Amino acid sequence: MAPVPPHPPAASQPGAAARSSGVHLPPFQELVDAHWRDVARLAHALAGPVDGDDVAQQAWLQAYAAYPRLTSARNLRGWLLTVTHRCATDVHRARARRAVPAEPDTLVAHGDSTPGPDASDPADDALWAQVAALPDRQREAVVLRYVADLDHAAVATALGCTPTTSRRLVSDALAALRRARS
Amino acid sequence: MNDPLTTALARGPRVGRPPTFPDADVAYAAHDTVVGRLLLARLGSTGPLVACVYAATADSEEALAERLARTCSPRVLRLPHVLDDARREIDDYLAGQRHTIEIAVDLSLATAFQREVLTTLAARVGYGRRATYGELAGWVGRPAAARAVGTALGANPLCIALPCHRVVGASGALAGYAGGLPAKEHLLALESPGARRALD
Repeated sequence: MAPVPPHPPAASQPGAAARSSGVHLPPFQELVDAHWRDVARLAHALAGPVDGDDVAQQAWLQAYAAYPRLTSARNLRGWLLTVTHRCATDVHRARARRAVPAEPDTLVAHGDSTPGPDASDPADDALWAQVAALPDRQREAVVLRYVADLDHAAVATALGCTPTTSRRLVSDALAALRRARS
Repeated sequence: MNDPLTTALARGPRVGRPPTFPDADVAYAAHDTVVGRLLLARLGSTGPLVACVYAATADSEEALAERLARTCSPRVLRLPHVLDDARREIDDYLAGQRHTIEIAVDLSLATAFQREVLTTLAARVGYGRRATYGELAGWVGRPAAARAVGTALGANPLCIALPCHRVVGASGALAGYAGGLPAKEHLLALESPGARRALD
């Protein structure tokens, strides 16, 4: 996994930080073209259809702000997905602080609203409602593993746990989803 | 193994739209004109034009973005709205309704020699006038370097804004042009006294 910078400042000077890191970074547009769908899918899977777009947009703005300070151009996809995960977690926490009704119910209730222009397969909607209803850590683990296609080491890094724990979270999540589908 | 659950998870939820950005360190856009497809780039949302080049091939856009990332800032984004005023000025110019591009230019993409040649050109060869490669070589103090001047003009990162189309061969032949000879011919005809419209 590429090193993840700390939370970038809200605004950065255009051009000022541009050539500070010394590594060659591809044009940011290249990252957008190559990865926006993956970022959007991850954001929606983690935050649900209501907050998904906001999380993805937020993740892109944060990535844009931090981009010139990256010290490696390896695994930019992994870096973007990590930023997205962090944004989803922030939104989720902010919501949990405010929310009175239980979060999963809210998300399930929205599960049948159409998330995109080419939606929607009812079976898919049911699946994502079930994913939304998983305990937080299980949802994050299974989504990072399968939707973001990160390996267990990367999932563990993103969750701040050991690979053994992340494997267990993923298998618990899969078991819960299988029960819900049967 | 083909587990329907993990396959469905890997497909992800259906999602709709790409992110939007208000501005960028370097914004670029393509612009189709009567002289061909141009790629325009500027620094910041209201900064100088840093590129106005002909999109010769399908990968011209990527090549320019890559060059801008190396030279100016990696935060390069395709943002057509940031280039709206530049596109309008170029359209007006190509319609004969203005004789200069007012937006400031930045020669970050040029070498020192190209800068010297291009700024001398812009200062000395006004609208509707022509110079030869040899004359321009003399003006920059290298009278024997007509060929090098031709190469420098060929690498002009700010076509039209810096009028390399006004430089022709000693015989009066058009010689070459990054946008192709028909484009050069079109620009020279547009600027010729007979084609001028009253601007005042």
